Amino acid sequence: MKRELNITINGQPYNLFVSTHRTLLEVIRDDLDLTGTKVGCEMGECGACTVIMDGRTVNSCLVLAHEAEGCEVQTIEDLTEDGKLHPIQESFVEHGAIQCGFCTSGMIMSTKGLLEKNPNPGEDEIRSEMRGNLCRCTGYVKIVEAIEAVRDGGDK
Amino acid sequence: MTLSRFDLFSPERLDEAVALLKEKGKDTFVMAGGTDLLIKRRHQVIHPRTIVSLKKISGLNRISFRSGKGLTIGATALLGDVARHRTVLRIYPAIAKAAGNTANVQIRNMGTVVGNLCNASPAADNAPALLAMNAALNIVGPQGKRVLPLEDFFLGPGFTALQPAEIVTSVFVPMPLSGSGATYLHLSARGRIDCSAASTGVALTLKGPRIDKLRIFIGACGPTPLRMPKTEKILINQKLTKTLAVRAGLQASKESKPISDVRANEDYRSKMVAVLVRRAILEANKLARDNK
Repeated sequence: MKRELNITINGQPYNLFVSTHRTLLEVIRDDLDLTGTKVGCEMGECGACTVIMDGRTVNSCLVLAHEAEGCEVQTIEDLTEDGKLHPIQESFVEHGAIQCGFCTSGMIMSTKGLLEKNPNPGEDEIRSEMRGNLCRCTGYVKIVEAIEAVRDGGDK
Repeated sequence: MTLSRFDLFSPERLDEAVALLKEKGKDTFVMAGGTDLLIKRRHQVIHPRTIVSLKKISGLNRISFRSGKGLTIGATALLGDVARHRTVLRIYPAIAKAAGNTANVQIRNMGTVVGNLCNASPAADNAPALLAMNAALNIVGPQGKRVLPLEDFFLGPGFTALQPAEIVTSVFVPMPLSGSGATYLHLSARGRIDCSAASTGVALTLKGPRIDKLRIFIGACGPTPLRMPKTEKILINQKLTKTLAVRAGLQASKESKPISDVRANEDYRSKMVAVLVRRAILEANKLARDNK
């Protein structure tokens, strides 16, 4: 069953016609060609598909597209401004927090969600809040360092 | 792998939702957050033809507290919102802890406490503390409303006492008496985010130094969360000591019915039940003493 879907993604309103069984992740990637959001486990465990929906981080693989009706969704593509990387992205690059890069979009969106909720998290809180994002290269130390640097840099 | 295709309905009223469930019948599922339902579909454990989402029903996401009565957590109230709710943190810390320890941030931003119960996993993080605190479910269905003690809700892995076309609208937790304390403790292989390998919820009320009322439940160590009546019997009307807590833990271990699976083996589970129950009783007893 296809139905009309009104959704705002990265500030742009879309009027789409989407099957009811499809996920937000599928629509973002396949219909809108925003492939920065990654398909990982599709079971809500790896966090590669993390986007921010109405201010909260969610796994877009577990959100039906129509459940996001009327919502504002932000993906990794929205973070750069005028071709300039977001401070979180800069910090990940600087600290070597990216290896194969597959988890990076999700890691960065989760970091953004975390710092918007609490601009000054301790290391323990960073680690516990980032539990929903797995790095298969196991580069966690660098990732935590990158997040701490954004926190200490003040500019979010 | 072909996954089932389904129609999605998002009614704005409860009676519409019940009517839809009744009309669509077989392979129709209620969805709150969807974090369990869509994974079960992916694993092809279920093949939904119709999904009825509760999200658009207004008021169903409410978390409300009435002093002297208790706490009501609506069916679409998010795990994350329950975990951070000020009153829940202050008066029902064990419930806040269970919600806050369920899965990860993203899942807590989508999933719900009531959904976690309705999914009826023996390992459901939110069940033991709610059971220990004597929670009840508000249910609506074709025959109208009913209230069911949570203790009578779980029938087996994935099976509940819900009748066809019934929906759990909220879970109610009575106001804790003064001199009472409740705790939730759990263990899992990856630390926190995966399913619990063993868990316990304990709620007790003191009369003077003695335990007057007590409910102990364990999770992930049987086909449903299990009450531990023999363990409770050891403790009731007693003044808690460390030795007694150890004895109670060992009894709980005997009463549990764990199996070996991917998350832990049977032997480890029964040993951990002893540890968790011992710690939880001591903690609840301390909270109860502080709460006089």
